[in-house]
Order: sequence, then structure tokens, then C-alpha cells
Amino acid sequence: MDLATLLPFVVNVIAGGLVLGFVYAIIALGYTMVYGVLQLINFAHSEVFVTGAVVGFEVFRVLAPNPMNGYLKLLIALVAAMIVSGLLNVLIERLAYRPLRNAPKLVPLITAIGVSLILQDVLRIIEGFQGRFDLTYTLPAGFSGRFCAEGSSCAGLGNVLRTVGIDLQLKDVILIVVALLSLAVLNYLVNRTRLGKAIRAVAQDRVTAGLMGIDANRMISATFLIGGALGGISGVLFGIKFGTVNAYSGFDPGIIAFTAAVLGGIGSIPGAVLGGLVLGVIQNLIGVTNIFGQLLGIANLEAIDASYQRIGAFIVLVLILIFKPTGLLGKSNVEKV
Amino acid sequence: MTAAGPALSRRARPLPDRTVLLVLTFLATSALLLLSHNGPLLERLGALGAVLRNPIVEAVVVSLFLANVLFAYLWRAAPWAKALVGLGSLLLVLPWAGQEDTSLLDLSIQIMIFAALALGLNIVVGLAGLLDLGYVAFFAVGAYVWGIFASPRFAEILRYYGENPGGTNELTLALGLFLTAITAASMIYIRRRTVRPTRASSWSFGLASFGLIAGLILTGRALLVLNAGAAAGLATGIHPSFFWLFLALSVLAAAVVGVLIGLPVLRLKGDYLAIITLGLGEVIRVLANNLDLYSAGSQGITPIRSASVPWFDRLAGALGFQPDQYYLLFLYVLVLILIAVILLVNVRLDRSRIGRAWIAIRDDEVAAQAMGVPLVQTKLIAFATGASFAGVMGMIFAAKQTFVSPESFNIFQSIGVLSMVILGGMGSFPGVILGAAVVTLLNLRILPGLGEATANVPWIPQQVNPGQLQRLVFGIILVTIMLLRPEGLLPSRRRVLELHHDDNQEDDSAQGAGPALTAGGGDVFSPGYATRKEDESAGTTGRGKP
Repeated sequence: MDLATLLPFVVNVIAGGLVLGFVYAIIALGYTMVYGVLQLINFAHSEVFVTGAVVGFEVFRVLAPNPMNGYLKLLIALVAAMIVSGLLNVLIERLAYRPLRNAPKLVPLITAIGVSLILQDVLRIIEGFQGRFDLTYTLPAGFSGRFCAEGSSCAGLGNVLRTVGIDLQLKDVILIVVALLSLAVLNYLVNRTRLGKAIRAVAQDRVTAGLMGIDANRMISATFLIGGALGGISGVLFGIKFGTVNAYSGFDPGIIAFTAAVLGGIGSIPGAVLGGLVLGVIQNLIGVTNIFGQLLGIANLEAIDASYQRIGAFIVLVLILIFKPTGLLGKSNVEKV
Repeated sequence: MTAAGPALSRRARPLPDRTVLLVLTFLATSALLLLSHNGPLLERLGALGAVLRNPIVEAVVVSLFLANVLFAYLWRAAPWAKALVGLGSLLLVLPWAGQEDTSLLDLSIQIMIFAALALGLNIVVGLAGLLDLGYVAFFAVGAYVWGIFASPRFAEILRYYGENPGGTNELTLALGLFLTAITAASMIYIRRRTVRPTRASSWSFGLASFGLIAGLILTGRALLVLNAGAAAGLATGIHPSFFWLFLALSVLAAAVVGVLIGLPVLRLKGDYLAIITLGLGEVIRVLANNLDLYSAGSQGITPIRSASVPWFDRLAGALGFQPDQYYLLFLYVLVLILIAVILLVNVRLDRSRIGRAWIAIRDDEVAAQAMGVPLVQTKLIAFATGASFAGVMGMIFAAKQTFVSPESFNIFQSIGVLSMVILGGMGSFPGVILGAAVVTLLNLRILPGLGEATANVPWIPQQVNPGQLQRLVFGIILVTIMLLRPEGLLPSRRRVLELHHDDNQEDDSAQGAGPALTAGGGDVFSPGYATRKEDESAGTTGRGKP
């Protein structure tokens, strides 16, 4: 294979990685927001996000016979998933984290693990009663088609993509648009509103924020609500992207997303997005390393296939953290004595 | 065990003497255990036998019996009674019952393996305060070290290298050894010479470490190629009498991996360290899954031999054990001895200079460093010590299961061990062992027993059969215990003091402590302030306490 055919291939792999990266980025935001306020690795977030995916599945399933506009169905699924996941996250905080606010840091970590185990089984039971385990998304017609297919005339973005040689499905484009929209809303919420200001104050210093008349508990609940809502969105996006979800499928993307959050500098919102994108691209590249190995005739590269994807993510994380211990965009936290 | 139980220290009144109760409990639970594991006798008992055979009842009986040992530790009783209950349960009754029901021996070995793992992780997390989510990696190292060599895998590796020798000959071996020696020496030299790390020193150190790895790879490869002819004689792995050598090797291998993983990442703190260790644990698992030549991939390695100790087999035979139980009994005794050794090491370390350095680092890294605690070195020792316990237990795990596969070493195992540590009480050795016993019993006996007992109850739907709900029940137990007892089941004395500092505040204050101090010696000049003499003695060794 020569360069002329290799280049579009690489471009497409990277584009696919970016799509995947946006899913990770939105999940990572859920981790990073909770971490920023409570300094707690919210292990239950992966299940919150799977809950969102399950809600999305149910909405698409119920609405499937309805001759409604596909985008409207997507909107309903997103909103429903946001509400359920957000409330679930608030509930988890109230029951499992708030009573342990002053306990040693590892104690809420263990309750988080406990909650995530509980949620996995609860989800499995709920879906199991209807005889389901692997939930296969029934997407509205057209979502799985190519974005700007061959032969059809398309303008604007589609034309640009086609010229560059990027071949995306419509659902990939939808996914990116939804992700970017939610990022914009989150950015507005955190940086431009009073609520965001209060959340940032609590994240910086809970006690002092309390002295300034901010109800820290309410702000923490609000953070969990926003984080859960983001988890709901990412769950639906995950379902759209991969097609199937089951009660236990939150763990892998959860770990990758948390890695992304750390990679970008945990607690930093742009960092989480950057980390997610980087990891998505790296994963996709590692997934096709064996193809490069075949092309270049390097036997050792041929042995590296998709099963090494997670290793690649972690090795990149180790390397970046060794040289930049606070992550890509993390602020160095100078400790005062 | 620590000198006084945490429960003892917190109460002002001495506990009532429970010697009689302890012995009675021991006798009753032992009788129950022996009865419920004696098939022929149960047959004759009819209805009562059927009740005792119920999996829930059986799980409860086993738990009650193991609780004996806990009572022997907790209750105030005559020393002979404590020794009788402790030794009698572990050395006499359990093996006796295990004779009828091999799964009981298996369960006790599993509990002790996890107890040792929890003790190891307790050093890393509980004492040194380094959150390690990839602890099971070291367990895997130990398991694979023995698994590869004591199974047909080793012969296959040799055969592969015999077929693909490359350009390897004796010269390669000599070169490899030379490179290893010279790089190791230069690493030590650089370490010794650098007072403050500079760019040049760290670069040369990094270069030397790469050289060391290359030298080791060369040496290992040359050794494998040159010994390829021995493959035919190793069809079932190396001779079992190498078990003892490998017991030492697995400790060493795990400790080395601990240092290798620790070196680059220990500069990180808290959650960054957590995610990195989690990642490295996953890296080892994925490697085990993919390096088909060495680890047989996801199929796993089998059969793995155990040690052969002829005199022990004869002894076991004389005691009435079946030949297929010999190796389990041997591993049971071995793991019991190892637990005792590990516990001893733990207690000694905890009271040593290193132990205090760990706690200083856990409590405040910056302050500890300012006080002259060498951070990296101390953390590495914690990592390596914890890892070596896991390594040796991994080897015993491999010998017990006769099978290792990457599935046994996933993140859930790491998290499980962490939950044992925190459930039992971080930093408290008896607590950690209790945590391991509780979690293992729950996972291996109680929850499966519940599931088995309710599998055929018609009004319980298949989806909510407790056998299917292990995660749910385990999760609920984790959350509940943490909410009710954030310090753990048996918190360490130190930790209780820290957490309840506010409660004890009055006693520490000048007024509260004044009379106590003046009562001790006449040379206290102002109430509440220690005299200079006391200050010095506290500063040196800690032995000079009045």
C-alpha cells in the first residue's frame, strides 16, 4: 500500500478516534466535576452512565413504532437519561457520600465501589425481569447511514469532509454535535452563572465558601446533579456509538474515562475533554497497529492488536504523568507548609 | 498480634473474664463443624442431618467456627484457653473436618491467602498511605513465576527457543552477564555519588537502567536457548523439590516488580498514584492475556505442580488423609506458617523506624520529608514489602488451584483486597485479617450458600435469586459497614486515637494531664509541660517511657 491510500486511512482512524474521544470526554467530565468539588474518585459514575444508557435504550425502544422525527426521539432520550442519571447521582451522594464527609478519604471510595456493585445488579435485575441482558439500541432510520453518502449532493461541512476523505456515519456526526453542545452549556453554566461561581467557590475552599453564605451541601448536590446529567448524556451517546449496552459494560469506559480525566489534569474541565480526545485517538490507532505492521513488514507490530488498546492508554498516561505529574492541563498544586 | 486489643484500650473497666465461655464456644462450634462435615453420621441423624446439610446452615457453621479464633483474640481469657482455642481450631479441628470435606481446606487456604494479601496491601495503603489499586499484579507475578516453571509451559518455551535460536551462543551469555553486572554496578555507583539529583545524574541513571534491562533480557534469552535441549526432560515442569527455591524467587520477583513499578510513579500522589497503579495492574493482566508463549494466553496454564514432601505425605497418610488431599493439607500448613511469619514481620516493621517513617509519610508527606525521612526510599520499601507478600501467596495460589489464568488477576481482585483492608480497619493487623476472612467467607461460602439454598424456592424469581445477587449483597454490606463503622471492624489503636482526638482533648490539655504528670514524678515544674528529661527520652527511641 502506498502513501496515497494510507493517508486517508490514517485520517479516518483519527476521525473515528475523535468520535470515541468525545464519548470518553463527556464521561470524564462527570468524574472530574465530582473530583473537583469533593476530591473523591466517584467509582459509581460508570454505573450512573450505564443507567443513562439503559434509559436511552428504553426510550428508543418505546418510541420505535412511533412515526416521530428521529431527532425528536433523540432529544427525548437525552432529556430522560439526564433527569434519571442526575437524580440518581444526587441520591447516591446523599446516601453514600454525605454521611462520610469528614471520614478518611478512602472510606467514601469504598462506599463508591459498593454503590457501583449495587447499581450493576439493580440494573441487571430490572432489565432481567423483561428477559433482556444485552440491550441493543434500535436507532431511528437513517442514523446508521453514511453522513453525506456517495452520489448525493451535500453542502457545507459534508462537502469538506468528503473532500478530505473522512467517511463518517450520521450518528457519529450527531454524537459530536451533542457532545459539543453539552460542553458549551456546561462551560456557560460553570463560568458564567452564579451557580457556577458558587460551585467553584466550594471546590476551592468549602469552609470559607460557607462563611461567604454559600450552602456547600446544596452546591455539592448541584454538582452531582450536573455530573449525573452529563453521565446520562454520555450513556445515550455510548449506546448510539456502540449499539449494545449491558449492566456491566460501564466498567471499561469508566476506567478509560477516569484515565482521561487524570491525563488532562483531574479537576480541570478542558483537561478532561482533551484527555478524552487524546485517549480516543490513541485507542483507535493502537487498534490498527497490526495493519501498520503488515504494511511496513514489522512482525512485532503485527502482534499488537485491539486487545492492547487499554495498555496503550495507560502507558501514555504513565509517560505523561512522569513528565508532567499534574496532567496535561492540571494546575500544579504547590503545597504550603 | 499487638499487645492489647483496640477494644481493650478504649474501655476503662477491664472486660469480664470469659475463659469458660471461650472454651465452651470452642467445643460447641468444633463439635458442630465436625458433625456437619461427617457424611455417614449425618445420614444416621435423619431430619437433623438434612438441616445440617443445608448450604446456609453449613456456611453459618463454618463462620461460627472461624469466629472462635476471633473470640480468642478479642475476649479476656486465660492464656492457656486462648492458645488452646487458637491452635486447636487451626491445627486440629479444621484439618480434621477438612478430611471429610476437602472444600473446607480449600476455603481456609483461600482465606489465609487473602489475609496475607490484605496484610501486604495494609502496609502500602494503611501504613504508608499510598493508594494502590493494582496490587493484584504482584500476586500475578508470584503465580506466574511458579506456574510457568512447574507446568509443561516451561518445556514449550524451551522448545520454542530451541527452534528460534537466532544468533545466540555462549558469547551472548557472556555479553549479557557482563552488561548486567556493569550496569548494575554503575547504577549503584551513581546512586551513591549523587547527593542531589541533577539532570546528568538522572539521565545516566536512566541509561544504566535501560542497559540493565537489556542485559537481563540477553542473559535470559541466552540461558533459554542454551538449555533448549533439556525440554524433553521437562515435560511436566521442573522437579517439585525446586518449590522452596521458587518460594524465595517469587518473593524476590514480586519485590523487584514492586520496585520497578514504584520507581517511576512514586513521585505522584493520591489519586494520580491510584490510577497509575490501576493501569499498571491492568498492563500486567493484558500482557498475561496476550503473551501466549509464556502465559498460554487466556486459556491459562495447567497443570501446575505443588511441592512434594515425602515425609509430610507419609504423615498425612498416617493421619487418614486421601492421597489427593496431601498437597492441600501441605499447602494449608505452609500457608499457616507463612501467615505467622508475615504477621511477625508486620508487627516488627510497624514498631521499627521504617514503620514510623511510613506513618509519618501517610500523615504528612512534606513534614516527614522536612524531618529527614527519605521519601522515595521509604515508599519503595513499603511497595516492595507489600509486593513480596503478594508474590509468595500468588505462588501458593497457583499450586493450590493447579491452574492460573489472567482472569484471576483482574481489577476486581485488587478492589476486593482493598475493601478487605478498609473493612477490617486500615493499619490494624487483626482487623485486616478479620476483613479478609469476612469478605472471603461472604464471597465463597455465605452468598453461594444462600443462592444454592434458594435456587429451588418457587416464589423467588430466577432474577432475584441470591446466588445471582452476590454483587448487590456485597455492595450493600460494604456501604452499610462503612456508614456505620468508618474506622473499620477492628480499628487500630493509633487510628482510633486520631479519629477520636476531639473526645480525648480534655485529657491531653494542660489541666487534664497535670495531676497525672505530677503524680508520676516530683520534678515537674509547670503542669502540663513535660520535663526536659522526658522530652529527650521520647525523642530518642521511645523505650524510655515511664
